[in-house]
Amino acid sequence: MAYFLIFISAIFVNNIVLSQFLGICPFLGVSKKIDTALGMGAAVTFVLTVATIVTYLLQILLVKWGIEFLQTIVFILVIAALVQMIEIILKKVSPALYQALGVFLPLITTNCCILGVAIIVADPEQLAGKLPGEALAANLLTGTLFAFATAIGFALALVLFAGIREQLALAKVPKGMQGTPIALLTAGLLAMAFMGFSGVV
Amino acid sequence: MSNAFKTFTNGLLKENPTFVLVLGMCPTLATTTSAINGMSMGLATMFVLVCSNVVISMLKNLIPDKVRIPAFIVVIASFVTLVQLAMQAYVPAIYDVLGLFIPLIVVNCIVLGRAEAFAAKNNVGLSALDGLGMGLGFTMALTLLGAIREFLGAGSIFGFQIYPENYVNLIFVLAPGAFIALAYLLAIMNKLQKK
Repeated sequence: MAYFLIFISAIFVNNIVLSQFLGICPFLGVSKKIDTALGMGAAVTFVLTVATIVTYLLQILLVKWGIEFLQTIVFILVIAALVQMIEIILKKVSPALYQALGVFLPLITTNCCILGVAIIVADPEQLAGKLPGEALAANLLTGTLFAFATAIGFALALVLFAGIREQLALAKVPKGMQGTPIALLTAGLLAMAFMGFSGVV
Repeated sequence: MSNAFKTFTNGLLKENPTFVLVLGMCPTLATTTSAINGMSMGLATMFVLVCSNVVISMLKNLIPDKVRIPAFIVVIASFVTLVQLAMQAYVPAIYDVLGLFIPLIVVNCIVLGRAEAFAAKNNVGLSALDGLGMGLGFTMALTLLGAIREFLGAGSIFGFQIYPENYVNLIFVLAPGAFIALAYLLAIMNKLQKK
């Protein structure tokens, strides 16, 4: 049950896009169609989960050698390399999946929710702050679950937003508000709706 | 001279990173809960932008074309680490507020974007000016948005109380207010630029 709460908390209550402001660029950039939003969401879920496990283990090494100050450099390089590797492996192992996710993979390196979540999970204190309830300890399992749930939250927000924008394309929008302003305003209303979940967990 | 001046003002108005290019939205929305926070984030980003632009334009002939993006990222990440450690030491209160978003300057598209689009093609002096202009434009935008949200949300600007003490409009300090305030600010900027 406690593990289930991680999902509720990360997907609805503390949604990464709508209340933590991570990953806004892809949220605004690739949300014009539901299909592409689904692809991006799936790609982020995959990379975020794998990247978090790898960076969590790396952090143990960094702490052991006393070079935690290199965290930012090491993490971003590892994430960039990992994205490249996933791209190559996917191409070889599952061409169908590569077809679906391929175009989104290079964009993911500069998606700040990957590095952001990696940094949160690598620090036991920060991770403990993000987990609902006292029963859960910050370890690799809860960290991975948290990363996975966060990515699902990202995908959900992206798909919801894409659905609204598909409808919005048909609506008449005042000239000054066209494009980014109306998208941001919609995101604001969506964020307001998600605020309704606060206090659930 | 006029070329240098043009490079500098380019980032301030014509290609303002926030209002025109719409880059770096994550820190723009997340750290502008008050004018001071927005300004601190802008200044931290400006420092990284200027330093990385200078170093990258110095190294542009040494870096092989194929590995230029990873090389740029290493340079940027080094300066971000510098800022992070310096802020932790000298302004711990602001560091605590900005928290996660300081290391995330690494993945701010403005920094990598200017490195790729400008510093990799121009000389050191112009690159420094470009970094300064872009950084100032970003700082200005963040300070403006921070001031608006602080005024609407808490009734103060830069900590000076304007409305009575007990005025609170939490929605503008929370997430939805960030989106909505930025949306209207962008719409106004669009309108002004058309004229």
